[in-house]
Amino acid sequence: MATFDQYDYDVLVIGAGGAGLRVAIEAAAHGVSVGLICKSLLGKAHTVMAEGGIAAALSNVDERDNWKVHFADTMRGGQYLNDWHMAELHAKEAPDRVRELEAWGALFDRTKDGRILQRNFGGHKYPRLAHVGDRTGLEMIRTLQDYSIHQGIEVHMECTIISLLKNGEQVAGAFGYEREKGRFKLFGAKAIVIATGGIGRAYKITSNSWEYTGDGHSLAYHAGAELMDMEFVQFHPTGMVWPPSVRGILVTEGVRGEGGILLNREHKRFMFDEIPELYRHQTADNEEEGWKYTQGDRSAKRPPELLTRDHVARCIVREIKEGRGSPHNGVFLDISWIKTKIPNAAEYIRKKLPSMYHQFKKLADIDITKEAMEVGPTTHYMMGGIRVNAETQMSTVPGLFAAGEAAAGLHGANRLGGNSLSDLLVFGKRAGEFAAKFARENKQAGIDHQAVEVIANKAVEPFERTDGDNPFQVQYDLQEIMQDLVGIVRKEEELLKAISALEKLQERSRKVRVIGNREYNNGWHTALDLQHLLTVSEAITRAAIARKESRGAHFREDYPEKDEQTGNCNLLLVKGPDGQMQVKRASLREMRADLKQIIDEMK
Amino acid sequence: MTVTFQIWRGNASGGKFESYAIEIAEGMVVLDAVHQIQAEQANDLAVRWNCKAGKCGSCSAEVNGIPKLMCMTRLSDLPLHKPVLLQPMKAFPLIRDLVTDVSWNFSVKKKIKKFKPRPPDAKDGTWRMFQQDIDRVQEFHKCIECFLCQDVCHVLREHQLHDAFIGPRFLVHVAALEMHPLDMEDRLEEVKKAGGIGYCNITKCCTTVCPEDITITDNAIIPLKERVADRFYDPVKKFFRFLFANH
Ligand SMILES: Cc1cc2nc3c(=O)[nH]c(=O)nc-3n(C[C@H](O)[C@H](O)[C@H](O)COP(=O)(O)OP(=O)(O)OC[C@H]3O[C@@H](n4cnc5c(N)ncnc54)[C@H](O)[C@@H]3O)c2cc1C
Ligand code: SF4
Ligand code: SF4
Ligand code: FES
Repeated sequence: MATFDQYDYDVLVIGAGGAGLRVAIEAAAHGVSVGLICKSLLGKAHTVMAEGGIAAALSNVDERDNWKVHFADTMRGGQYLNDWHMAELHAKEAPDRVRELEAWGALFDRTKDGRILQRNFGGHKYPRLAHVGDRTGLEMIRTLQDYSIHQGIEVHMECTIISLLKNGEQVAGAFGYEREKGRFKLFGAKAIVIATGGIGRAYKITSNSWEYTGDGHSLAYHAGAELMDMEFVQFHPTGMVWPPSVRGILVTEGVRGEGGILLNREHKRFMFDEIPELYRHQTADNEEEGWKYTQGDRSAKRPPELLTRDHVARCIVREIKEGRGSPHNGVFLDISWIKTKIPNAAEYIRKKLPSMYHQFKKLADIDITKEAMEVGPTTHYMMGGIRVNAETQMSTVPGLFAAGEAAAGLHGANRLGGNSLSDLLVFGKRAGEFAAKFARENKQAGIDHQAVEVIANKAVEPFERTDGDNPFQVQYDLQEIMQDLVGIVRKEEELLKAISALEKLQERSRKVRVIGNREYNNGWHTALDLQHLLTVSEAITRAAIARKESRGAHFREDYPEKDEQTGNCNLLLVKGPDGQMQVKRASLREMRADLKQIIDEMK
Repeated sequence: MTVTFQIWRGNASGGKFESYAIEIAEGMVVLDAVHQIQAEQANDLAVRWNCKAGKCGSCSAEVNGIPKLMCMTRLSDLPLHKPVLLQPMKAFPLIRDLVTDVSWNFSVKKKIKKFKPRPPDAKDGTWRMFQQDIDRVQEFHKCIECFLCQDVCHVLREHQLHDAFIGPRFLVHVAALEMHPLDMEDRLEEVKKAGGIGYCNITKCCTTVCPEDITITDNAIIPLKERVADRFYDPVKKFFRFLFANH
C-alpha cells in the first residue's frame, strides 16, 4: 500500500483568507497545535481583494449607531432569512474584532479626532465601514498574516485539499496534494475548520479569484454536512464591462458611497425610478438630498444608488434589457460629476478611491476623475454555505467547523457590503475557539488508509487517459451554463435545462485528460476542481428550482413576488443515501422577543 | 491580430523558450494571453496567479526582460511586431515554467521583530492617531508582496546575497514598523546587521518596478539608512549613548 507524508494537528484549518487566519490565530492562542493549508501563497487569498471596508458599529462617525441598528440592518438586508443569533453575535462582536486589528498593527483611515474613520455603504443606516482607502482587504489580510507568523502555526502553502476523511460520524483528517511537486499529503486532525471562501468561478463573469471553486462547500457536502441557502448568489451591481478581458473585475460600492451615481445612455439617473417598499422611508426622494447624505448630512436620507445590491443589480439589468444601456452592455457609473459640488474633486477621488483610479487608468484607459465608468453586474459572493451552529460554528458533522464565506447563516437572502470582512473575524475567532475546545475534548479518530489510497488513485486517473476532454474546456462550458441559465434572473425551464446540462458535464468531467507530469500542473488542478464546481453548481440550481418566489438575491421571473407562505424557510441540501442531492426545507427559528422588538422599533 | 509569445518552459534542471502564436483581442493583458495558450496549446504550462486585478501580487514574471505583474501589463503597451518574451523571475529558484520558489521571502519576514504597540491611549483600549501621521506608513502598507523589487535588485539578482540582505520589500516592511506611530520596538541594529541595509547603494531600480508606486528608496530605505547612520556612526551620539548607558 502506498504511504503518504502525514501531518497531525489538533486543529486543521483549510483556507488562509481572513477567516482561516483568524481561526488559526485563535486556536493557537488556546494552546493546541494548528496546521493551516492554502491553495496559493500566504497572503494571496481572495480577502486581499476586498476594497470598501469592514462593517462594525464603532459609532466613531455617527454616535447614533450601535449594535442594534447594525443587527436590524443586517436582518433587513437578508430579508429575514438570516440566522438571527448569528446576526446578533456579529453586530455585537464586530467592533472588538476591528479594534483588535488595530492592536495588531492595522492602520485604518482616521477621523479628525484620531479615531477609526467609517464610511457609508449600501443598506447600512449610518456610516459604518472602517476602511483603508479602497484596499481594506489587503490591510486586513496582511495584519492577520504578519501577526500569525509568530504564533507557532504550521503553514502548508500551495497545497490543495481534495477530500475530507471521516471515521464513523466524526472527521478524522484531510487529503490533498502540494502543487510544486504534485506529491500527496495526508493530514490527521481532531477538528477541522473549513474557511475556503466562495464559488464565483462557477460563473463566467465574476469578481472572484481563481481559487473560488467552492471546494469547501463541496468537501463538506460529500462528508455529509448540510449546505444551506445555496440559491442566494450575490451579483454585485458594478463590475467592469470593458475591455472584454477585464469583464467582471469589481468596482467597489465605495464609489457610490462617496457620491457616485448611476446613469443610463440617456444620462438619466434611473435609480430613482423604483424604490422597494422595505426601504422607501429610508431613501432620499431627490438628488440633492442623496448628495447631502454622502457628504455626511445627518438629516438627509440615502440616495437610491445605496440600496441593497440585489435591487441595484436588477435595476441595471432592466435598463440594459430595455435598450437604455451603455455601448458595451452596461450602464454608466459617474463619480467625476462631484467636481460640480466640491473643489479639488480629482484629488479627492484619487485619495478616496486610489485602486479604482489605478484600475481604470491601467486596464481601460479611463480617467475616473474626468469620465464615467461603464459597469454591469458580476458574480460576487455566496450567501449560502455550510450550515453551522451560530455560537460554535460547528457543522452537522461532529468536529467539522466552517467560517467565513464558506459558512451560511449570517447573511440570509442578501449580504450587505462590509458584512463579510466582519463576518470573517467574528466567526473566525469563534470557530477557532470552539475547534480548539473540541480538539481538547476528543481523541483523533483513526484514518482509513485504504480509503485514502482509493482517493489518490482516482486523482491521478486523468494522467492515464489517452483521450478525453480538456479540463479547461469543461470548466468554460460549466461557467457558460451557470451564467446563462442560473444567473440574476431565473426561470423554471432554464433551471431544469441547467440540471440536465450539468449532468452531461458530470459525465465529461469523469473523462478529462491531463497532459504533462504532476509538477505544478494547472491542467491537473483544473481537472480536480471540476468536481467541486459541479457539486456547488448543482446545489445552487436545485435550491433555485425549489424556491418558487423572489427574495433577496434570488429572482424568479416566473414567481416575481415574495411568497410569505412558502418562502419563510431556509433550503438545505444534503447527500442522500443513494448519493443523490436532496433539497429539504427548514422552517425559521422563532426569533427571541428582545430581538424582534429591536426589528419592530427600527422598521 | 496574431502575436507570438516566447515562453520559458522547463524546471530547475533545464529548459528552453517555446513559441506560441495566438490571436489577440482588444484590451488583453499578458496574463490573458498566457491563459489562452495554457487552455488551447499547453495545458500543463505553469503560471501563478490569483486575482487578475493587480491586488494579490502572484503573477510576477519578466516581460521582455522587465519584472512586471502579468495581469496589469496590457499587450497594447508592448511592441507586438516581434515576439513577446516571458520568463520567470530571475532572483529566485525556478519551480517550473513561469513559477519560482519565493519561500525565502516568507522566511525573511518571520525573522523581523514583530509589531509592539504602546499601551492604549484611551480607557476603551483604543488609540488616537492622526491621518497625517500615518500617511507615510499607509503608503508602505500598499505593498502586495509581488517581490518584483526583490527580483530587480542587483544585490539579490546578480550577487545572490540572500543570506546577507533582506531586499527592498523587507526594508519597506521594517520602515513600516519603525515609522508606525504606535510601535515601540527597535529594529535598527537588526536592519543593519542581519538586514544588510548597507548593501543597498540606492540605484532606485526597486522603486521603478513597484506596481504599487511605493517610493521604496526615497521614503523607506533612505530614512532607514539615516536612522542607522545616526545611531551607529555619529561619533557624538555614540559618545552620549555611551555616557547614558553607563549612568
Ligand atoms: C473584489 C472584491 C471586493 C470585496 N470587497 C469587500 C468589502 O469591501 N467588504 C467586505 O466585507 N467584503 C468584501 N468582499 C467579500 C470578501 O472579500 C470575501 O467574502 C472574503 O474575503 C472571504 O474570505 P474567506 O476567508 O472566507 O475566504 P478567502 O479569503 O477567499 O480564503 C479562502 C482560502 O481558502 C483556500 N482554499 C480554497 N480551497 C482550498 C482547498 N481545496 N484546499 C486548500 N485551501 C483551499 C484559499 O487558498 C484561501 O487561502 C469582496 C470580494 C471581492 C471579490
Ligand atoms: S535601491 Fe537598493 S534595494 Fe533598491 S534595487 Fe537598488 S540596491 Fe536594491
Ligand atoms: S514594495 Fe512594491 S515591488 Fe516590492 S513587493 Fe511590495 S508591491 Fe511589490
Ligand atoms: S493575479 Fe493578482 S496581481 Fe496579478
